[in-house]
Amino acid sequence: MARDTPLRDDQVERYSRNILLKEVGGTGQRKLLSSRVLLIGAGGLGSPSGLYLAAAGIGTLGVADSDRVDLTNLQRQIAHGTDCVGRDKVESMARAIRRLNPDVTVELHGRISEKHIPFADYDVVLDGSDNFETRFLVNDAAVRLGVPLISAAVLRFEGQLTTVLPGDDHPCYRCLYSGPPAEGTVPSCSQAGVLGSIAGTMGTLQATEAVKLLLGKGALMVGKLLLYDGWTGEFRTVCYRRDPACTACGGVNCGENGGA
Amino acid sequence: MKLKVNGEEREVPSGTTVAALLPMLGIDGGRIAVEVNTEIVPKSEHGSRVLREDDQLEIVTMVGGG
Repeated sequence: MARDTPLRDDQVERYSRNILLKEVGGTGQRKLLSSRVLLIGAGGLGSPSGLYLAAAGIGTLGVADSDRVDLTNLQRQIAHGTDCVGRDKVESMARAIRRLNPDVTVELHGRISEKHIPFADYDVVLDGSDNFETRFLVNDAAVRLGVPLISAAVLRFEGQLTTVLPGDDHPCYRCLYSGPPAEGTVPSCSQAGVLGSIAGTMGTLQATEAVKLLLGKGALMVGKLLLYDGWTGEFRTVCYRRDPACTACGGVNCGENGGA
Repeated sequence: MKLKVNGEEREVPSGTTVAALLPMLGIDGGRIAVEVNTEIVPKSEHGSRVLREDDQLEIVTMVGGG
């Protein structure tokens, strides 16, 4: 819907707890309803972030994934049900979103690759992918196209999150980690395991970050890496800055202070 | 000089850089970020960043699951 379209009565009721927040209000809710968010991955992170964003009334959710629902996914990928095993994840996710909130338009995409990067149509991209190649591809494309990125990742009892904004001096995911690790040096969830609720924690943090970004309010995790250790119960934030030698953002957007 | 790495005290030669420290710890720099006193040191500065007495380091390992 357009930003100036008045809310219907049922929308005023549905989103009343959002609208009560002075930081959101009716104006903010209309902004959310006119927003477009792309989820990379309909898995452990994409399930909670997608469901909470759908519930919050994000107008359009794009979902990019090429996997099918597997029984091993259901321990954490809560958008999918037992009756969805064997189905395309994007279809299953779309069904879950529509069931939760018919206000949301769902757009389905296949796997993100060099040839398929539909970012320019979206206000923000949430990376919840399950491999490093995609993570760096997504970062580099977001930087190149000037689209904000909220990146989160999980393994075992751990989670990490950072937000990348285009322009000026903002660092990117590649400033933090320069490139994918050598094959086999960092385990995946299918090798080392992950507690489902850790993915839930990090996915919902991504959703909160996305809502703030879309409203243009609140502090974002830009130049900050949030580290969550679920085993010790500790959250920690560390700062990082642009790496002038970064191959993704080091050579672009160099203003007077940039790239120095 | 003394440093703290992931909460444990270590003795290293003075003048040690981040890049020189990593092999001492048996760490491959390709899959980590190095935090010195709560700020990540950009990878391109690992060779020039000289560590100081009582610096507190954390080795942050990348995770990529979703």
